[in-house]
Amino acid sequence: MSGTVSVEYTGVRELRGPLVIVEGVSGVGWDEFATIVLDSGERRHGLVLEVNRDLAVVQVLEGTAGMDRTGTGIAFAGTPLRIPVGSGWLGRVCNGRGEPADDGPPVLGGTDAPVAGVPINPVRREPPNEPVLTGVGAVDVLTTLVRGQKLPVFSVAGLPHLELAVQIAAQATCGGEPFAVVFAGMGLTHADAAFVRDGLAARSAARELALLVNTADDPVIERLLTPRLALTVAEHLAFTQGRHVLVVMTDMTAYSEALREVSAARGEIPARRAYPGYLYSDLASLYERCGRIKGRPGSVTVLPVLTMPAGDITHPVPDLTGYITEGQVVLSPDVHSTGTYPPVDPLASLSRLMRKGAGPGRTRADHPAVAAQLTAALARSRQVRELADLIGRPALSPTDLRFLDLDDAFRHRFLTQRTDENRSLDEALGRAWEVLLTLPRSQLGMIPADLLDAHTPPRGEEPT
Amino acid sequence: MGAAVTAPGSQGTGPQAVGTGPACPRRDDTFRPRILRVAGPLVEITCPAAVAMHDMVVLGAARVPGEVVAIQGDTATIQAYEYTGGLAPGHPAEPEGRPLSVRMAPDLLGGVFDGLLRPLAGAGDFLTSGSSGVPNRRSWQFTPRVSAGARVAAGDTLGEIGAKVPLRLLAPPGRSGEVTRIASAGGHSPDDVLAVVGGHEVRMAQSWPVRRPRPVAERLPTDRPLHTGQRAVDLLFPVALGSTVAVPGGFGTGKTMLLQQIAKWCDADVIVYVGCGERGNEMADVIEELTELSDPRTGGLLAERTVTIANASNMPMMAREASVHTGATVAEYFRDMGLDVVLIADSTSRWAEALREFSSRMGELPAEEGYPAGLASRLAAFYERAAAVRTPGGATGSVTVIGAVSPPGGDRTEPVTAHTERFVRCLWSLDRDLAYARHYPAVSWADSFSRDAAALAASHARSGDPEWATRRGRVAQLLAEADRLADLVELVGITALPPQERISVLAGRLLREAVIQQNALSPADAYSTPEKTAALVEAALAVIDRCLELVSSGAPADAVEAVDFTPLLRARESAGPTGTALVAAARNTVLARLKEVA
Repeated sequence: MSGTVSVEYTGVRELRGPLVIVEGVSGVGWDEFATIVLDSGERRHGLVLEVNRDLAVVQVLEGTAGMDRTGTGIAFAGTPLRIPVGSGWLGRVCNGRGEPADDGPPVLGGTDAPVAGVPINPVRREPPNEPVLTGVGAVDVLTTLVRGQKLPVFSVAGLPHLELAVQIAAQATCGGEPFAVVFAGMGLTHADAAFVRDGLAARSAARELALLVNTADDPVIERLLTPRLALTVAEHLAFTQGRHVLVVMTDMTAYSEALREVSAARGEIPARRAYPGYLYSDLASLYERCGRIKGRPGSVTVLPVLTMPAGDITHPVPDLTGYITEGQVVLSPDVHSTGTYPPVDPLASLSRLMRKGAGPGRTRADHPAVAAQLTAALARSRQVRELADLIGRPALSPTDLRFLDLDDAFRHRFLTQRTDENRSLDEALGRAWEVLLTLPRSQLGMIPADLLDAHTPPRGEEPT
Repeated sequence: MGAAVTAPGSQGTGPQAVGTGPACPRRDDTFRPRILRVAGPLVEITCPAAVAMHDMVVLGAARVPGEVVAIQGDTATIQAYEYTGGLAPGHPAEPEGRPLSVRMAPDLLGGVFDGLLRPLAGAGDFLTSGSSGVPNRRSWQFTPRVSAGARVAAGDTLGEIGAKVPLRLLAPPGRSGEVTRIASAGGHSPDDVLAVVGGHEVRMAQSWPVRRPRPVAERLPTDRPLHTGQRAVDLLFPVALGSTVAVPGGFGTGKTMLLQQIAKWCDADVIVYVGCGERGNEMADVIEELTELSDPRTGGLLAERTVTIANASNMPMMAREASVHTGATVAEYFRDMGLDVVLIADSTSRWAEALREFSSRMGELPAEEGYPAGLASRLAAFYERAAAVRTPGGATGSVTVIGAVSPPGGDRTEPVTAHTERFVRCLWSLDRDLAYARHYPAVSWADSFSRDAAALAASHARSGDPEWATRRGRVAQLLAEADRLADLVELVGITALPPQERISVLAGRLLREAVIQQNALSPADAYSTPEKTAALVEAALAVIDRCLELVSSGAPADAVEAVDFTPLLRARESAGPTGTALVAAARNTVLARLKEVA
């Protein structure tokens, strides 16, 4: 991560928060990459946020602690930040700036790419229509992840979203086609970082994983870079090398807070909850890097994970994320409190691209009908459960009681899964059928009759 | 790429402070404007006297386009339309001496463009700075309608252009006089000179500054309906040609789906679809679907009447700001040919965010939530480009504007939603509860309005449907009554209501499920003709009336509720887009079942 260094400027005029303002510069362009050398010889890195006449405002990724006005030298690379890309990233563990954290040599690649990314031409996008199977039944059956989709996990502090993210990163496959995972951790505790490393060790050893981790005590500003590095690496693995790449980014709330911190340091006018007005566009510049391109074999699928502060889905981070992404997987404290893992709320969760990515030739012919019927039945179950709370179970009709049974069966037979259990789609769909058949056939109106005939056991036999 | 660092710079502290005036250009550079400051899309340049507000400026070696948005002393502020990375103080800036203008030609139809109307087809897989596709220069069939020697005024028809949509070649705004030359019938490229009027060459392709509305002879009252094919809209909150609509809805309420349905099925001549800061995959989906679906009216592809402006959320932000004006200009270009045009902007909130972003960088005083104080007037000015008009050439045309609004957190008191509501004639408010209950389109009957309804009722009466207003009033009243009772039912249970009111609850359900809901994914139901909509409403009202009669004459409400209404509920699917006879048959089946209750 070093550019060609030609001139070192020493005219530091001001140091404020993560920003250093240098004067007397000439020919420095906006968004250039900078290398900062301290008195002690320590090297730091920065990005140019503004150039005004002979002044340059530089955001220091590692923070400005220990920097002074006289002993700091800054050199500009002449280009925006570029990083080496290639399959050299696979099997590596790096910090949030892309420097090795596994005692290995620096990651090198035959080629490099700008971390800011370049927008995909909308007319060259191929609409996503094939699944990524995660081995998590609730996700695969009810909110199928589609290659090229961006599908966030909305969670609340204390829920096992990191476990779910790691499980998906460890298990996901694309039907035998070349596949890789890029995992970007932002603001993780050391314990969480260790959990991620351990959980993904096998995938890393198989050279199918690039891991970038910014821990909670790493410089906040570095967090702004971590997802961009991850996506830059992913884009090359996908669109140049032809792999299907899943990018897991956790936790986007920590990322957004870093963005807010820089915005405040720059004295920008705040919008909702003091987040900068460009939070939507900034998040879009990450999420929109997913997709497929006509005539190229690979895909980039993005799975951002975020914690909703105080469980508030109208908080700017989940709200703006929801406006950009194509659905959401919502984890619920209520389901978690019943001891069920993964605590997915099936009614609040939705995959908007599932219509195209599931069904005959994609997953299984009965999949869309089963998923739709299961969601509809669960919605009815929830109403019945509320009614039962009001008027008591004995007052329910026999049909209503069957819906309560369905709800229990859903949790115990379908939703519950071990964190190390890689459940096949066939098994997950089999369990979905088993749950549905707790209802009388007359209540399964969304499933075509021939499918019902094929799955209903002959009278008197138990479902297998 | 990038500028190599050339000078060592003045090391140590210098006297220069932020904002004290140009530092880099030396005296001999006075006539060559230079960049002074770059902060994202905001660029300041030294300003020669001849630069005017809204003039285009090309920046640096990468030739980044930008527009002058402020002039102060000898400094001009530029809003740049592409990524400004690498631009540095001292780099050249080149004023073009003309405002931001777009080239418009018949080949816009079926094309996909960026916010500055540069074609995206052929622009490569990734949009790097300055990459642009080439305009489609196919030839179009031209038929002259005037002869050499004729005298024409601005806006008069010079000839016809053979496309799926009836296009015309007009004498351009401000040009009149004798036709000294006119091309003969045959195929011509958009850039051929087809006529000379008053010494001015006229081509199919023409340029117009996007921020200046094209002239009209007069604005006409908006009293012709736009049939959208969506029952919730056509029945309850109809919109007139030349009117304005805002569609506020939180994420997941089906905003984009509703707008896409209207783009596909409404009976306008031309659709201009501006994807403004929205999802790239969604744009790909729209483009693919429109090129697959055929237009039920012309038999051609829907794409052939559609102009798509795609400015995805990760494309340069300031081009979003331009894109709604670009869209309006394209809409007016087709309107002037005597066509009815619908301009769809999804989403105006992202456009407003671009305004906010830039005003914040300019250091303007913020008003509500950081938006500039001029937000309301900018919104009003955009919606005012909608109109039904008599064109300078005497034809009747219209531009109807439908703008999506994305309120943060679903909060309808936020500035963009709150201001937009004041400027539009119709509001289709999308309701999260309806969407969660999978009731689509999730247009809320309680929170939406249409100020065109009275004028359109008169129009329907003139065109042979005097009952239209009565039906609409009845449906609205029944839905409101059912909503009121629903709150009560949650408290006391349905059985505690008197029989008449139980039937009102039932009526609400029948209207919602049999009439208002519409399945966008079903070929039979995605589009509803006015006749089918009327038949469905009449069928539902007939059944509801019979139910009311039954309980009035003493039949138990239980028994009425237990009747199988399925044929009526399924009629919208089973009848197909036009099958009014099947709707009537479904009604009769249900009426016969009700007879058994009595």
